[in-house]
Amino acid sequence: MAITVPRPKLTWSERLYLPAIAAGMAITLRHLKDMLLGRTRVTMQYPEQKWDAQLPEHYRGAPALVKDEAGRIRCVACQLCEFICPPRAIKIEPGEIPAKDRFSKVEKYPREFDIDMIRCIFCGMCEEVCPEQAIFLRKDYAITGLTRAEMVHNKEKLLEIGGVIHGVVLKWNEKK
Amino acid sequence: MNPTVSFILITLLKIVGIVFLVILPMVSYAVYAERKVSALIQDRLGPNRVGPAGLFQPIADAMKFLLKEDFTPAHVNKLYYWLAPCLAMVPAITTIAVVPFGSTLFGVPMVIADINVGVLFVFAIASLGVYGIVIAGWASNSKYPFLGAVRSSSQMISYELSLGLAVVPIFLLIGNLRLTEVVQYQIDHGWMILPFAGNWKNPVGWLLAVPMWISFGVFAIAVFAETNRLPFDLPEAETELVGGYHTEYSSMKFALFFLGEYAAMITGSAIIVTLFLGGWHFPGVPDGSRGWIFGLINIFVFFAKIAALLFVFMWIRFTLPRFRYDQLMRLGWVFFFEIALVNIFLAAAIIGFVDR
Amino acid sequence: MPSFLFWLFAIVMLVFGALVVINRNPIASALSLVICFLGLSALFMSLDAFFIGIIQVLVYAGAVMVLFLFIIMLLDLRAEERRKMNWVAFVGGFLVAFSLLVQILAVIGSTRMAKQAFPPLASEHVDDVRNVGLVLFGNYNLPFQVIAVLILVATIGVIVLSKRRLR
Repeated sequence: MAITVPRPKLTWSERLYLPAIAAGMAITLRHLKDMLLGRTRVTMQYPEQKWDAQLPEHYRGAPALVKDEAGRIRCVACQLCEFICPPRAIKIEPGEIPAKDRFSKVEKYPREFDIDMIRCIFCGMCEEVCPEQAIFLRKDYAITGLTRAEMVHNKEKLLEIGGVIHGVVLKWNEKK
Repeated sequence: MNPTVSFILITLLKIVGIVFLVILPMVSYAVYAERKVSALIQDRLGPNRVGPAGLFQPIADAMKFLLKEDFTPAHVNKLYYWLAPCLAMVPAITTIAVVPFGSTLFGVPMVIADINVGVLFVFAIASLGVYGIVIAGWASNSKYPFLGAVRSSSQMISYELSLGLAVVPIFLLIGNLRLTEVVQYQIDHGWMILPFAGNWKNPVGWLLAVPMWISFGVFAIAVFAETNRLPFDLPEAETELVGGYHTEYSSMKFALFFLGEYAAMITGSAIIVTLFLGGWHFPGVPDGSRGWIFGLINIFVFFAKIAALLFVFMWIRFTLPRFRYDQLMRLGWVFFFEIALVNIFLAAAIIGFVDR
Repeated sequence: MPSFLFWLFAIVMLVFGALVVINRNPIASALSLVICFLGLSALFMSLDAFFIGIIQVLVYAGAVMVLFLFIIMLLDLRAEERRKMNWVAFVGGFLVAFSLLVQILAVIGSTRMAKQAFPPLASEHVDDVRNVGLVLFGNYNLPFQVIAVLILVATIGVIVLSKRRLR
């Protein structure tokens, strides 16, 4: 059933609108005056002042690969992130770890790991899906470049952004 | 020198001086001022990157507009598509020809063309301004510009009536359509919005203030509607019509529409200043016959008054929301038209029956 | 006004007046008519009749033609452009216009005024606004009031006619 919302009955002075207009003009003039006198400080002058120190822990910036304490790449090239990535920004070329290697049980490592930052939507699904906790969304947000090629983060760049993470699962280590 | 040649040279000098040295820089800095005022009202800082306090921003904007690709869509009517931006800009600047922007400088009257039908000339040229918008909307061959053009033409025709009727009381009082005479009258008898000035004891002056204030209000609001400024900017209402009549325009052609709006604002303010706020007159400052420095001060006072009015334009823009279209039409036809008509009778009664 | 300006505006008027008829696109015709009006007002101003010249622009170019344009824009223009030229009507219309021109020339040529130069005005600057007002509200006051009533009746008639269909 349709509900008829009664319109408020306006008084004579309200129907004239002029007092309301004058009040509105007074409000905007007050804001202008406060800004001119430097009493309001609401905005931040971005390139000079940054908010980076206050970014929360869960901030979702650019995705990046991380190393563990021993300096090893944690990614095992399972390609789950590649499959889950909604805009298909991730491209992984897996490589095989030879049998005689110490870490042969890990089997695969990423030979190439590219994230196209033009496509990336910072959704964080790669971080969520990663079984090795190898990919994290870091706090970098100003990703810029002059060419399309520059906007593709390769493995080195991703590792540089990612840094080292301490004390999580250690699947690379020998089983006890 | 041959008087005809010297007349032509002096007139050309005045045209170049006023249009290129005053009006066009004022237009570009009006855009800067608009951005700055809007920012300050909304607790922001506005343009502050290019030059000190962003003062070179208009130059950067102009460079950007000039260097952008001048794109002509394939579906437009080429000739009229190119013609429309010029038609939007030209009437706005032409109007300034009859406005006295100063007293005299070195004995030369500071008005380009002092014709005896000054205010009618202003209305005639202002009414041609609608062609730029209508042709832009029609030549774009696309629905949003067309709707914007239709809205704009009906809006401008509607408000031209109140615009014309609102100034009738002034000319009933003065008995002359020449704008220099209007300014001279205001110097002798007090500004139009202060007809009691100088002769404070006389009740007739106070009585005359009533129709003059009504005229001033109706005229100022009609100027807002004529220049497509908020709260009457329905021809380019972004939320409804994308960009209105200039949706299909880009680069310098868009800039001409954009600057044409500001030029129309400046000339509209110039008319308000001339008709109601005493033109170049400032109490206590003599005119240019006493020395060229006073002539310069008169010109400065005129443009300072315009700048103050431009600030009010911007202040209102960032305070009031946009009208709905039927409200706009109702306001124009039912409200201001009638007020202006009644105001003429009021002014005529005061002037006719009360002895001054 | 120097005579070359007279010839300039006269030529502008004639060319755009012809374009009104020749153009197949109604919008182009309407705009040509606007330019024609502007040329006419310039000619009025060259006769020191500023008031008439300005009113010409204000009323015809500024108001009437905008409404015309407004209506034309809502029409289907392609139908007009596709229409074939009717040669019989073309030749007939040309003949009628030509005979009218001959008639006008004959009538004007036989009057005394056309044979002599226009007498110079009494004073350099005529206050034409005041003169028009005095004539309109003095000598022709009654016809003026009658026309005002006539226009009011027409306005009311339009409102009545357009509202009746809605019911």
